[in-house]
This record gives sequence, structure tokens and C-alpha cells, in this order.
Amino acid sequence: MLIKRQDDIKPSEITNPSLYARRREFLKGGAALALGVALPVGSALGPAYGAAKLSPLTPSRFNTDEELTPYEAITTHNNFYEFGTDKESPAKLADSLRPRPWTVLVDGEVKRPREWDIEDILKQFPLEERIYRLRCVEAWSMVIPWVGISLASFIKAVEPNSNAKYVAFETLVDQEQMPGQRSNLFGFGLNWPYIEGLRIDEATNPLAILGVGLYGEVMPNQNGAPIRLVVPWKYGFKSIKSIVRISFVEQQPVNTWQVQAPREYGFYANVNPQVDHPRWSQGQERRIGDWLKRETLMFNGYGDQVAQLYSGMDLSKNF
Amino acid sequence: MDKRNKAALHMTWVKRAKPVLFVLCLLPVAQLAYAAYRGSLGADPVETLTYATGDWTLRFLLITLAVTPLRYLTGIRSLVQLRRMLGLFAFFHVCLHFLVYVVFDQFFGWRLILEDILERRYIMVGMLGFMSLLPLAITSTDKMLKRLGGKRWRRLHRLAYFAGGCGVIHYLWLVKSDYREPLIYIVILAVLLGYRVVRSTKERRKLQTTSINTI
Repeated sequence: MLIKRQDDIKPSEITNPSLYARRREFLKGGAALALGVALPVGSALGPAYGAAKLSPLTPSRFNTDEELTPYEAITTHNNFYEFGTDKESPAKLADSLRPRPWTVLVDGEVKRPREWDIEDILKQFPLEERIYRLRCVEAWSMVIPWVGISLASFIKAVEPNSNAKYVAFETLVDQEQMPGQRSNLFGFGLNWPYIEGLRIDEATNPLAILGVGLYGEVMPNQNGAPIRLVVPWKYGFKSIKSIVRISFVEQQPVNTWQVQAPREYGFYANVNPQVDHPRWSQGQERRIGDWLKRETLMFNGYGDQVAQLYSGMDLSKNF
Repeated sequence: MDKRNKAALHMTWVKRAKPVLFVLCLLPVAQLAYAAYRGSLGADPVETLTYATGDWTLRFLLITLAVTPLRYLTGIRSLVQLRRMLGLFAFFHVCLHFLVYVVFDQFFGWRLILEDILERRYIMVGMLGFMSLLPLAITSTDKMLKRLGGKRWRRLHRLAYFAGGCGVIHYLWLVKSDYREPLIYIVILAVLLGYRVVRSTKERRKLQTTSINTI
């Protein structure tokens, strides 16, 4: 009989203590629901004490100094259809995701196709704190202190060739780990795997990062552990979560929401207050924590960094 | 027990049930108010309020529309005495739903609201449903029933089905990909409406044959 020797436990493999501590809150929440009473839930700004920290972190010149959205809100208000279509399900169900061990396959038009271990990615690239605005296509927004690595540096390391015009990203498919993938919602649901894509010059823009944490800690499962895209000038659905594959391709990838509703969601999905969603206005947004809405900024306020990528393009057609 | 006694008995318990039902109907709003007070409406309280008041509008509307079929099926005629209150609770929730939209989504920006209604079909159909409940609420009093006369009043109040239709389509049109809940509401509404239509055609036919027979 072969008995595999257990490797040493890596720090990142240890259950995030704040998540572990919060399991009681879920139980309490369930009990409260049963009684038809809502118990107060602590809304501390910032994570619970003692979570798995990521370090060292280099600060970024792109950081916004706006008020941060509390950790509690960032980790309980999620669109992650792999765990259900409402905002609360990911926080409740994402415990079933196993973010370690984890590999990311890099293939396509690159000199160095390879399967990357998440630990190697964390070791090889410097971690930065990036405090970005996040604007959801549903007209709400947050300010999130991400921890991530520069996507441009990662791309440089894998050496794409000149055929690589686009980068395609894929999320894990595993019905056991992702219960939302079990139902196809009578055929109206999303296709799996969730796919996203960027033009290569978008992907190498200094703003784009691969997020591996937030609030200085490892990425909570419901926010797309262990590694996700963060492109703050685009609507949130572009920032694909729990990535298992990054392919360099010649043709423009067809992203999941574009397949779902081509009239409503395009490939670019740049935040644009002038181009409304067919069903609702994109002119304003509600910052989570506020009661009233505020004006939405062109490119989510990142025009200085990204506007030149789209010069000469008709953004009402390339929405 | 003869028939008249039985009916009288039902009448008394329906009468007694009324205040209990009234308190029960207040529970959803009470729970929201309590959650608001504790600060536990979730990360996006406005969304929570919008969805909860919208859901309860539809639920109360469907419960109201279920009263008459239930009355036919059980034979408890006095159940109709609960219908007005249930209907007014639907109206109460749609008012709250509209208020949340006007205050928190648009902050009294009437021009934007008008634009929203004209440009976005799910808002237009929702508003249409709201508007069609308005005359029903106004004519819900005994006085108005008398003034209109039973026949006209009943005809007017068929608008409740139209409002229900608007409500479920409003919901269906705003969903991004998970149609399960709006479809459940649509099926319930269709069953309730179907029951009334089938029953009234049957009755009309019966009436015709009896009138032919008497000739």
C-alpha cells in the first residue's frame, strides 16, 4: 500500500481564521431566521483578528484615498453565480471551494506554456496593495483594498508571441465545489466555465492585476479565491474569479455574459455613464454603505490610465 | 347543524380571525423595520428594502386573488370579508416599494423618474401595475361599492388581475438570468386566473341551459 507523506502545511493552506470564526455567525444567522428575528451582525471595519496575512505588500501609486468599504460588506455582498444567483449565497456556500492546492494553466500563443502552482505565483511576483473602486454593472460600487500581482509582469514572464492578440480567462468548473453549477436554471442559467477576456494591451495596462487577497489577507473564497482578475475600469463581471486557465489567443474570446445576453453585455464592458444598460441607467451608482446614489465616472474614474486604449472607438457600439 | 347555523358559525370565526390576520400581515414590515433599526439589512439596505417590498406586494396580491377560489372550494362564503384587507396590504407594500424607489433610487428627481418610466419597460410595466391598483384602493370602501353598484364595482376590480400580471412581468423583466422565482409567481397567477375563467364560463353555460329549459 502506498502511503503518501503529507507535505508541510503551507501558511496559505491554513483555514483563514476569520472565516473559521465566522461559521458561528452563520449558525446564529440560521437560528435567527428560524425565529424570524434578525440578530445584529458585527460590522467591524476590517477583517477579524488573526487572519492569514499576506506580506510584504508594496503600496501602489494607483490607490484611491476614498473611504474603504467594510470587510463585512465586501465579503457578504457578492455576485458569484457559481455559488448561487443572489448576493448572500456566495458567502454562505463558498466554504466548499478548496483554494489549495490550486494550479493555473497558461497555454496558447506563449513561449512558456505551463501549469503554475498558486504558491509559485505568490513566490515569484511581488505583492502590491491596490485600493480600487469596483463598479458593478448593476449600478452599485465599492472601494476595495486588493492585494495582487501585476498582470503585466505575469504576462511578461510567460512570454506571449506575436499571435497573442487577446487573453482569455476561465473559472474552475466543479459541481462538487461550486453548487451553483449544479442547476442550469431551466436552461436560463450561465454556461460554465465562466469565461472572460481582455485585449492584450488592456491586459498589460498597469491597472490590471491578478488579485490574491483583500484587506492584507488571503482572498476569501466568495471573492474569487485563490486568484482572480481585477480590472477596475470595467464592470465587475469582467473581473473573473477563481481562475484555472489563462490562454493567449488570436481571436476575441466570447465572454460568458455576452453569450447570455448579447444586447446587454459586450466584450469591453467599460464603465460608461453615457451608455445605459438596455434595462437600467448607468449614469449613477450606489456606493455600498450609502443610501443615495452618486454620479458614475467615465472608466470608473480611471480615464487617465486607460482612455487611450479606446481612442477612435465608438463606445456605444463597443459596450 | 343546518346550513344557516353553519354559515353563521363561519362568519363569527372569520370575524375573529380578522384582527389576528391584520397583525400577521404587518409582520414583514415589522421585521424590515426591526432589521433597519439593528442595522442588519445587509450590505445594500436599499436593495433589500426594494426586493422585500416588491416581493410582498406580489405575495399579497396573489393571496388576495386566491380568496375567491378558496371561498368556492371550501364553501366558506364569509372568507370574502378578509379580501379587502389583504388587497389593501398589497397596495400598502406597493406604495412602500414606490417610495423606496422615489427617495433612495432617484431622490425625488421627477424628471429622471419620468425618463425611467418612459425608457425602461420593466419600470413602465411596474408603474402601470401600481397605477391600476390605485382606483381599486380608492373604491375599496363600502360607500364606494354602494355608489358604483355591485356589478360595476366587480368589473372594475378585475383590474387586480391586470395589476398582478404587470407585477410578475415587472419582476421577470428585471431578472438577469435566474427566472425561477418570477416564473413561480406567473404560474400561480395563471392558475388563479384560469380557475376564475373556467368557473365563470361553466356558470354562464349553466345559466344558458337553465334559461332555455324554462322557456
